[in-house]
Amino acid sequence: MSDVKRVYLDHAATTPVRPEVLDVMLPVFGRQYGNPSSFYRSGQEARRLVDQARQSVAACLHADPREIYFTSGGTESDNWAIKGTAAALGGKGRHIVTSRIEHHAVLHSCDALARQGYEITAVEVDADGLVSPEAVRAALRPDTILVSIMMANNEIGTIQPIREIGAICREHKVLFHTDAVQAAGALPIDVGDLNVDLLSISGHKFYAPKGVGVLYIRRGVRIANLLDGGAQESNRRAGTENVPGIVALARALELAVAEMPATAQLQSRLRDQLIEDVMSRIPHTRLNGHPTRRLPNNVNFSFEFIEGESILLMLDHFGYACSSGSACTSGSLDPSHVLLAIGLPHEIAHGSLRVTLGHSTQAEDLRRLTADLEQIVARLRAMSPLYEEKTQAGL
Amino acid sequence: MQYSEKVMDHFMNPRNVGEIENADASGTVGNAKCGDIMKVTLKIENGVVVDAKFKTFGCGSAIATSSMATEMIKGKTLDEALRLTNKAVAEALDGLPPIKMHCSLLAEQAVKSALQEYFIKNNLLTDENRHFFDKLDEDAHDAG
Repeated sequence: MSDVKRVYLDHAATTPVRPEVLDVMLPVFGRQYGNPSSFYRSGQEARRLVDQARQSVAACLHADPREIYFTSGGTESDNWAIKGTAAALGGKGRHIVTSRIEHHAVLHSCDALARQGYEITAVEVDADGLVSPEAVRAALRPDTILVSIMMANNEIGTIQPIREIGAICREHKVLFHTDAVQAAGALPIDVGDLNVDLLSISGHKFYAPKGVGVLYIRRGVRIANLLDGGAQESNRRAGTENVPGIVALARALELAVAEMPATAQLQSRLRDQLIEDVMSRIPHTRLNGHPTRRLPNNVNFSFEFIEGESILLMLDHFGYACSSGSACTSGSLDPSHVLLAIGLPHEIAHGSLRVTLGHSTQAEDLRRLTADLEQIVARLRAMSPLYEEKTQAGL
Repeated sequence: MQYSEKVMDHFMNPRNVGEIENADASGTVGNAKCGDIMKVTLKIENGVVVDAKFKTFGCGSAIATSSMATEMIKGKTLDEALRLTNKAVAEALDGLPPIKMHCSLLAEQAVKSALQEYFIKNNLLTDENRHFFDKLDEDAHDAG
């Protein structure tokens, strides 16, 4: 069905590069292509672009430009924050606290450290996906060197009490990292107010290209380098700067921050309408994630008795791009670790659907989606032996 | 996920969805925890599978393989139906992505499970045909 309107509703996966960002980025590929480390003019021009970008990103995060380090993306930033802290402070302690619902870039970095003898405590979350600051406090030990809790969850959108967790870490003199990859561009970030020492962001989640990110490192915090080589990024992150990506990330973040109140208001209204419509029209549906403390663009449902990949496949057929936490889409046998951590039984987690809105999302698209979803769910349930058992049981 | 047109056809327009009332045999395989369950019901007359239906909870390829497997045994003698293999189901669908091959095994198992019930009920199990049910002991999720 090549004639159906394609509706992209997977903005938590990635976003298109917006035109204003392309405008400032494209000349850096062909005309202003200098290496910022070079002595001559075109090199210094590139240096100026990177410096400006650093100032702009710092302003957006209420940080000092000397605290902004450009990386290749969220995964590198998370790896650097966690492994760099472990390497720098391993002599002081070898215990790290994180949560059950972190992104794999955090969880698998912790797994790698566990294989080297570090101890990891992953605190539980409640049914809405919230990490309790008191649970973090209870997990702290004299040998804890780092706490890493994400600002907002990529699957269910739940926003964590970062400021409160940060305050507890300060009180105990433990470094605090937050993966703000889903939050950046969507929620206000003030690194001072949030009590964070390390913060990861990724450009392609807010309309900059893939392959560029930031690690904020608070002044005075020493972590080991992940990449060794040249003297770039104040000797802390070697490798010739991705100048077009850096310029783009800075512009995209500026725009996102400037537009944030309007975007948040618009998207949360669309989000709440979609939730209300789907929940009222499709029985045996649950909303995953916190009802109010959630990203303005995130919706995550579980439709009982059916499986997520088949929902995605039918949605794709009707023109919609969404995602699911089912095992069949993850490439493993288990459904999403996030959905299991909030207490969903496997079969309900398999039937999840994530819809994430973006700039291009229109109310009309979501009205059509609701109507199409109603049909899709009914078709798949008609084929499901689980649904039949349930209806025979008198539901 | 790249599926063949055949898979998409059998997914979007599945054949033989449902459950035969007063079926002569039925078999259910898989479990909800792993994300796929298939239930096959058969109508058998004079040693011929005259009707086959399925109900499946699972991904696109689970539904497509159920549809194809039931289609492939309809009108076949019991002896022919016993020779259904997951490989044949996958081939009839113009192939499945490697990580989805277990779905075709599950479809074979669902059919075999129903047939086994019929063979046991009617005392048809012999040393010659017993091996056709060996695949029921395999863990479909190990296939790939």
